[in-house]
Amino acid sequence: MNKVATATAPKKAAGVSPVRKFLADNGALVGLFVLGLALFIATPDFLTGPNLLNIGIQASVIAVLAFGLTFVIVAAGIDLSVGSVAALSAMGSAWIFSQASLPGWLAVVGGLLIGTLSGAVSGFAVAYGRLPSFIATLAMLSVARGLTLVISDGRPIPTAPEVSFLGGDLGVLPMPIVVLVIAGTVAALILNFTVMGRYMYAVGGNTEAARLSGVPVRRVLVTVFALSGLFAALAGLLLSGRLDSAQPQAAAGYELDAIAAVVIGGASLAGGVGRISGTLVGALVLVVIRNGLNLLNVSSFWQQVVIGVVIAVAVGIDSLRRKNAPH
Amino acid sequence: MTDNPILTLDNVTKSFGPVTVIKGVTVNVYPGKVQVLLGENGAGKSTLIKMMAGVHQPDGGRILVDGEKVRLADTNASEALGIATIHQELNLVGSMTVAENICMGRFPRRFGLVDRRTMRNTAKAALDRIGLHIDVDHKVGELGIARQQLVEIAKALSLEARMLILDEPTAALTKREITALFAVVEDLRSRGVGMVFISHHLDEIAAIGNSVSVLRDGEFVAEVPADTSEDELVRLMVGRSIEQQFPRRRDYDGPADTLLEVNGLSTKGLINDVSFSVKAGEIVGLAGLMGAGRTEVLRAIAGVDPYVNGTVHVRGKELPKSSIGAAIRAGVGHVPEDRKAHGLVLGAPVNENIGYATLAATAKSGLVDRRGQRKRAQDVADKLRIRMQNLDQPVGSLSGGNQQKTVFARWIVTNSSVLLLDEPTRGVDVGAKVEIYELMNAITAAGGAVVMVSSELPEVLGMSDRILVMSGGHISGELAGGDVTQDAVMMLAVRDVQRDLEDKLMEDGHE
Ligand SMILES: Nc1ncnc2c1ncn2[C@@H]1O[C@H](COP(=O)(O)OP(=O)(O)OP(=O)(O)O)[C@@H](O)[C@H]1O
Ligand SMILES: [Mg+2]
Repeated sequence: MNKVATATAPKKAAGVSPVRKFLADNGALVGLFVLGLALFIATPDFLTGPNLLNIGIQASVIAVLAFGLTFVIVAAGIDLSVGSVAALSAMGSAWIFSQASLPGWLAVVGGLLIGTLSGAVSGFAVAYGRLPSFIATLAMLSVARGLTLVISDGRPIPTAPEVSFLGGDLGVLPMPIVVLVIAGTVAALILNFTVMGRYMYAVGGNTEAARLSGVPVRRVLVTVFALSGLFAALAGLLLSGRLDSAQPQAAAGYELDAIAAVVIGGASLAGGVGRISGTLVGALVLVVIRNGLNLLNVSSFWQQVVIGVVIAVAVGIDSLRRKNAPH
Repeated sequence: MTDNPILTLDNVTKSFGPVTVIKGVTVNVYPGKVQVLLGENGAGKSTLIKMMAGVHQPDGGRILVDGEKVRLADTNASEALGIATIHQELNLVGSMTVAENICMGRFPRRFGLVDRRTMRNTAKAALDRIGLHIDVDHKVGELGIARQQLVEIAKALSLEARMLILDEPTAALTKREITALFAVVEDLRSRGVGMVFISHHLDEIAAIGNSVSVLRDGEFVAEVPADTSEDELVRLMVGRSIEQQFPRRRDYDGPADTLLEVNGLSTKGLINDVSFSVKAGEIVGLAGLMGAGRTEVLRAIAGVDPYVNGTVHVRGKELPKSSIGAAIRAGVGHVPEDRKAHGLVLGAPVNENIGYATLAATAKSGLVDRRGQRKRAQDVADKLRIRMQNLDQPVGSLSGGNQQKTVFARWIVTNSSVLLLDEPTRGVDVGAKVEIYELMNAITAAGGAVVMVSSELPEVLGMSDRILVMSGGHISGELAGGDVTQDAVMMLAVRDVQRDLEDKLMEDGHE
């Protein structure tokens, strides 16, 4: 009997067209297309080369932050500190170059290290200090922003040319878009193909079952927060590179955009679910809406209202869809 | 049978996505009768009762209550019609108290506030009915799984429903609690409550059932009286007969090395000076009553819990304390008691769940060996006959028995040579049970060792080469397998070792 059951089931499963399955699995992507289509009809300025590049540049910072955050959310944590850590890393990098007069490449490496370390500290607090990640990273949010102000004395510091290069162009392509693609690819590789990545899903899905199967839960936790810090640092460098200077208040509040991007992308705050491709789409949805509303001359006050509604609707549709899905 | 049924599932069908799991099944539930649902793991029993409980809605067919067509949109709708359900998977909030859990969803109120006194009294009364005496202010999460199951039963009883659904209520219980539960069932029957009962213990069917509906692969096979012989029931359910219920064979003829040696193991308050050893090719059964410390012994050996005293050696090498990773590398595999909370990542695919313990060991420079992993998972799933659509199905949507096989599969893939099995056949159907026993045979034949904790005495007696009995955290005695009787085990299980020791000390003092 069993033989029969297992042999016929996959055939039936193949009966659903791959297209429909794809659409069902990628609700946010469908939303993005509908949004793009609507804007294309509404304004001739939307589908132009310069505007699309502009969207890419704007998306890059949010998306890179959100990639890092995806690790944390998949492992059932949250990282509220990504915006502050981005600012601290950028400021640290600028300080290394401008104040300590060290070489530019050291400024880049140093910036990334600062972010990774800040993340790892949060990770240690969560894994070994047993702080809830909400609290640990809320503390880090404050500490990192404070340190940024301390280093800079509240004033912008010029960035190294290597960092400015990250904000510049590579031929016709803006560097932020190149960085976005590389960072996204690396993040997706980590999540899907490395042992650590698969462990993140296990820890997020059921920490105790993961532990009993020999998953080194604490190491996984430290890793996800360290990665989140690393990606935040990269986002910070992108941001400061674009302005050629590190700003003390840079990326303030970006953590909320990043969380929204991850969640719109289909990740669950309960852990165990989430994909980098989804997060990218989530970030693009946010940026395209803002861009479209700007093109349509909607006031920035109303924009906030619209974005809030979009987040609620997107996540609402997604969880309804999930409830009706096969499992 | 002049009575009209309370509830009828009339020719219902149910599909999940592309897969049809219930294909035109009709079941009647009569007042004062116990309707048994029987079928292999994944046959669709739980899916059927979930339609009665309003958890799932049928895609085809009708549900009739008192002869009238109804739509049970959710669990509230069925409760409103007097249908209470004890689900196979526990539905309790671990961080809340026993009393709160029993009154969940209908907290007694006074001046708009929760009336704690009434709530606790309701809970106490409900627990009394099944003879469970625990503090109702205890957090449910701190109770063992058997007690949680009893709380769940008490919760359903306190609804005073006219129809009660029991989905494998006895799987986690020992003889004594089952007896208490059956007394309640008799009482409800005499008061005209209609019941649906699911169990993989065939002896229980004759004990409390009236009529049995047999399912196979989501289809209705037959309805027979509950006193039908067990052999016949098995034949109806699996489509073939099962020769031997406990096919223990000792095929290992290599050197009888000691694989596992436990010396003076003690944990804080739970187990006390436990020593034993297991040789290659041996199955050792760990028997005892609920709370005797059997699970704790396995957990300490597996590195899950810390211990204060004692040592654990595997193949002569001492294991570091509370290091699960080290235990796994030494060849220890642990099938925990509560598969939902400790065994599986329910939202993750079967493939991943099988692979967790081997991901790191088979990886090449940190990258998962995806193709090899899938192949190994598929092989072991075929071998254990795990019933699933494919390897990517979330393990949480498998039937209970197939979930249990998935936990097992993890350690088969890992090639563990010392297997610690905590209630390995809980919720597993008769056919699959034999398959699991054969697996234990295969493991020992290959020179492995098995320690099995089980509350099912026949299983312990039938499969163990040696039986250790625990009581109050001590090992109260050892029995050689073969012709041990249940009584001999029970005698040791109720022996008060601590008292005996103290008595002995006193006597020694007097001399
Ligand atoms: N939510 C779901 N999504 C997809 N498949 C499901 C879902 N629920 C159940 N199934 C499938 O339906 C079939 C019947 O499952 P069900 O839980 O009813 O079995 P069962 O007879 O209760 O088995 P067991 O004795 O193991 O508890 C199984 O193959 C299972 O995988
Ligand atoms: Mg079931």
